[in-house]
Amino acid sequence: MVTTDKPAYKVIGTRPIRPDGIDKVTGRAVYGADVNLPGMLYGHMKRSPHAHAIIKRINTAKAEALPGVRAVVTALDLGPDPAALPDLSKNILAGDKALYRGHAIAAVAATTDLIARQAADLIEVEWEVLPPVLDVREAMLPGAPLLNPNQHTRTPSGPSENASNVVAHAAVAFGDADKAFAECDAIVEREFSTKMVHQGYIEPQSATAVWNPDGQVTIWSCTQGAFPARQNCSAILGHPVSKIKVVPTEIGGGFGGKIAVYLEPVVALLSRKSGKPVKMTMDRVDVFEGTGPTPGTSIRAKLGATKDGKLRALYADLAYENGAFAGSAANYATMCIASGYDIEHVKLDAYDVLVNKPRTQDYRAPSAPAAAFAMEQLIDELAIKLNMDVEQLRLQNSCKPGTRGPMGMPHQAPGHEECLRQAIASPHYNSPLEGPNRGRGTASGFWFNVGLRSSASVSVQPDGGVSLILGSTDIGGTRASLAMQLAETLGIPYEEVTPTVVDTNSVGYNDVTAGSRVTFGSGMATVEAGKNVIKELSARLAPTWQVPVEDVEFEGGVFKSKDGSKSGTFKEIAQAIVGRGPGLTASGSVNAGFLQGGGFSHAIVDVEVDPETGKVTILRYTCIQDAGTAIHPSYVEGQMQGGAVQGIGWALNEEYYYDDSGRMVNSSYLDYRIPTTLDVPMIDTIIVEVPNPLHPYGVRGVGEPGIVPPLAAIANAVAHATGVRQTQLPMNPRRILETTSGK
Amino acid sequence: MLAKHGAAARVLAGGTDLIIQAREGRRDVAVMVDVKGIAEATQLSLAGDGALRIGAATSCSAIYHNKDVAKAFPALIDSASLIGSVQIQARASIGGNLCNSGPAGDSIPTLIALGAACHIAGPAGERTVPVEEFCTGPSRNVLQNGEMLVSISFPAPAAHSGAAFERFIPRNEMDIAVVNACSNVTLSADGQTFTAARIAIGAVAPTPLYVPAAGAALVGQPVSDATIAKACEAAQAAATPITDMRGSVEQRHHLVGVLVRRTINKAVKRARG
Repeated sequence: MVTTDKPAYKVIGTRPIRPDGIDKVTGRAVYGADVNLPGMLYGHMKRSPHAHAIIKRINTAKAEALPGVRAVVTALDLGPDPAALPDLSKNILAGDKALYRGHAIAAVAATTDLIARQAADLIEVEWEVLPPVLDVREAMLPGAPLLNPNQHTRTPSGPSENASNVVAHAAVAFGDADKAFAECDAIVEREFSTKMVHQGYIEPQSATAVWNPDGQVTIWSCTQGAFPARQNCSAILGHPVSKIKVVPTEIGGGFGGKIAVYLEPVVALLSRKSGKPVKMTMDRVDVFEGTGPTPGTSIRAKLGATKDGKLRALYADLAYENGAFAGSAANYATMCIASGYDIEHVKLDAYDVLVNKPRTQDYRAPSAPAAAFAMEQLIDELAIKLNMDVEQLRLQNSCKPGTRGPMGMPHQAPGHEECLRQAIASPHYNSPLEGPNRGRGTASGFWFNVGLRSSASVSVQPDGGVSLILGSTDIGGTRASLAMQLAETLGIPYEEVTPTVVDTNSVGYNDVTAGSRVTFGSGMATVEAGKNVIKELSARLAPTWQVPVEDVEFEGGVFKSKDGSKSGTFKEIAQAIVGRGPGLTASGSVNAGFLQGGGFSHAIVDVEVDPETGKVTILRYTCIQDAGTAIHPSYVEGQMQGGAVQGIGWALNEEYYYDDSGRMVNSSYLDYRIPTTLDVPMIDTIIVEVPNPLHPYGVRGVGEPGIVPPLAAIANAVAHATGVRQTQLPMNPRRILETTSGK
Repeated sequence: MLAKHGAAARVLAGGTDLIIQAREGRRDVAVMVDVKGIAEATQLSLAGDGALRIGAATSCSAIYHNKDVAKAFPALIDSASLIGSVQIQARASIGGNLCNSGPAGDSIPTLIALGAACHIAGPAGERTVPVEEFCTGPSRNVLQNGEMLVSISFPAPAAHSGAAFERFIPRNEMDIAVVNACSNVTLSADGQTFTAARIAIGAVAPTPLYVPAAGAALVGQPVSDATIAKACEAAQAAATPITDMRGSVEQRHHLVGVLVRRTINKAVKRARG
């Protein structure tokens, strides 16, 4: 671990055990599908077998007549889309058109799961099947079948004249790229493509709801954000936010895929109709076909430099599949692709494009990995052309404080240079790579990270322990990382803090657990709540010490009177004040803004390619990442390793494999190949710490940047091992064989 | 039971294919008949002369944990230890893999190359079928309604013989073969000449394929790269693969050559001890 000028923290930087650990390893933790209520019914979704089809008629009579069926709902029960959330309801239950295979059409609640399934089969749908649009570039062409004939492209100069599958065109330009390319000594230009991939969380979506006759609605869900889920359900159901309580369960992975609601409003409707609790759980096919993977892409990019190695100009045309409705934003790519470097002339055109595939959602640093797959390969090629070491080329052009960053805003304390220095100094980079068919590749990645809104409450217990009440669902160990920040603030041991994630009625508003924001934003709220506890304790302490409140000082976990005559540790004072007096609860709420300063990650990877089979083996992988301040280094390392492994899967084997009719034919973990433990080496980690000036302890989000470099790093390594540049993902054995045979 | 329920009944051994197929609605099963209580179906007996008989429901892990079997039939162990994960191997059986009759079944080329025979019992009595005649198409085989596979027998390995199985998958476990192959060779006493050979390949035709021409290309020839290349060509000529999500026609043709060569070389090494 690399540390620059870090204060002497007592708790931050240690590696205590996680508070949710025992329940998880003993199987006691309650996940989405573990919720069971008395009298509960089982829900099942009827889904579209077609990728693109008009729904002419839905007949639910036979399903309703099946003994055991208690309720059937269709889009008619859902009502129109809420004005502020376009296409939300349409994606939850299709009304007049199914836009992807797996699109939900109707839902059934019955006394058993089997009856619910049988009833779903009895729902009759009359279809008019339309040709599907499956390729992003073909979807952009004039004359392509339109998913939504009323959609016009949002462009910098207003909506397009003609209807189009292109939802939005984001244009970013700095300087004069066209002119600058003419002044470059070396230019590389290529076309890249990546396939739609899924987050691959292990726990399928599950939701349970009870709609009481008095209008109180409770929804249990393994969501990434209980509050936004509540907001969306309120808008979809036309029911007041304050009458809906969302209870977040433990979550078996999300990575952005569990932000959107799918089942929640439907089980609520089924409960309202049946008068009973209703649970619905997806199976793996539902998850692949009916949730939100990340876009496939087609990227054309061009990068130029002068012969002294100065990057001068970048052009990129980035087309991202949105799926059936506007989804994960290509615009995010424009915020990341050039943010690691000081490039004067940049021109970017990013397109969100509708295709007959599931509506995409965010996936760990959404849009950035595919952009880096293009950018970091061009840098690698440019280094070869310029006869320079690629890491030196990156270092020479790396962003510094003040360099233009995402959305044209200047970087404050970017950690890219430090990551590169640590990479260059690492044992991995300095080790020889010997043997035939082997290659080493490197790549950098940036993700902007978000702040958003968070709240936390702290209750001081009579024995001096504290309860930390959180509304951010814990995906990556944030109960521990937030409890550690509170312990540091209060000057008490970590073990004195008991963190709990509660429902939406029990704590102030929290945005989703996404954008690598919880340890940062909810950390700020937690620290503020801790400071408010100190303030309140000081105020209550002053009269008992018979000093003015401004003479009560707190430092390093000890309260002291200014004259030094009186003092007590946090625990002693809390026992005295709260143990005998009224209870003490303090809260902190923040709006941490949209951006939080961003984070850099860098990868070094060694591969071996079997020239006879095309199979790529990852021999060694090192992830170097700026954590700002690593609150719990083990969980920071876990995030870095997790991002690397997901990136390895994306690079080598994962893809939505479609047939011509728009059916995903590999919708199981047998044929959708996420890496197993035998497919990845131990991922080495180097934590870099360049403190984030926007956070009281210097925290940066660490969840996402680690997945940005691996696609490009592995492609660079394969290129060096085989002599053939890989511009298409996945680099599975078939593609490697096809692109390298004859060499 | 099987006779009574006919096509609606299926034999349950480890259930690692059947239960998943039933759950996913790929197979309509009204009755599952668990045969693990039948002693003959779970036997694992190595006769004094070296012949082996394994019950159709004997688990893969029971097979590879038997040291004598592992020593005498290493190719069988290659297969048994590749089917599924460790947990799956505790349930999954070689007989089940054969009766599932998948074109890519990882035990079937091995059974063919080892010259195994299927012992079938049914209302009309017992019959024996060579393994290479057992599968008749994807998920189809010679079993009639009311019949079950009871056990599989293997002749004792010949002196100076060796066999090896390999499969190619994009990952390193938990996958279905893009191509698989087993080669079983017998060498002259000096280890320099092929005297007998059986070669089988999988995932390149509607059923796992016995390729007599590949074996014939070796017999009587010296152990050399040129001889082995001839056998590979014969195997490639017999393959009629398709393109699907797991691989292309060209890739599979190419991989047949690679895997047959690799398994022959490994088998030669084992034959030479």
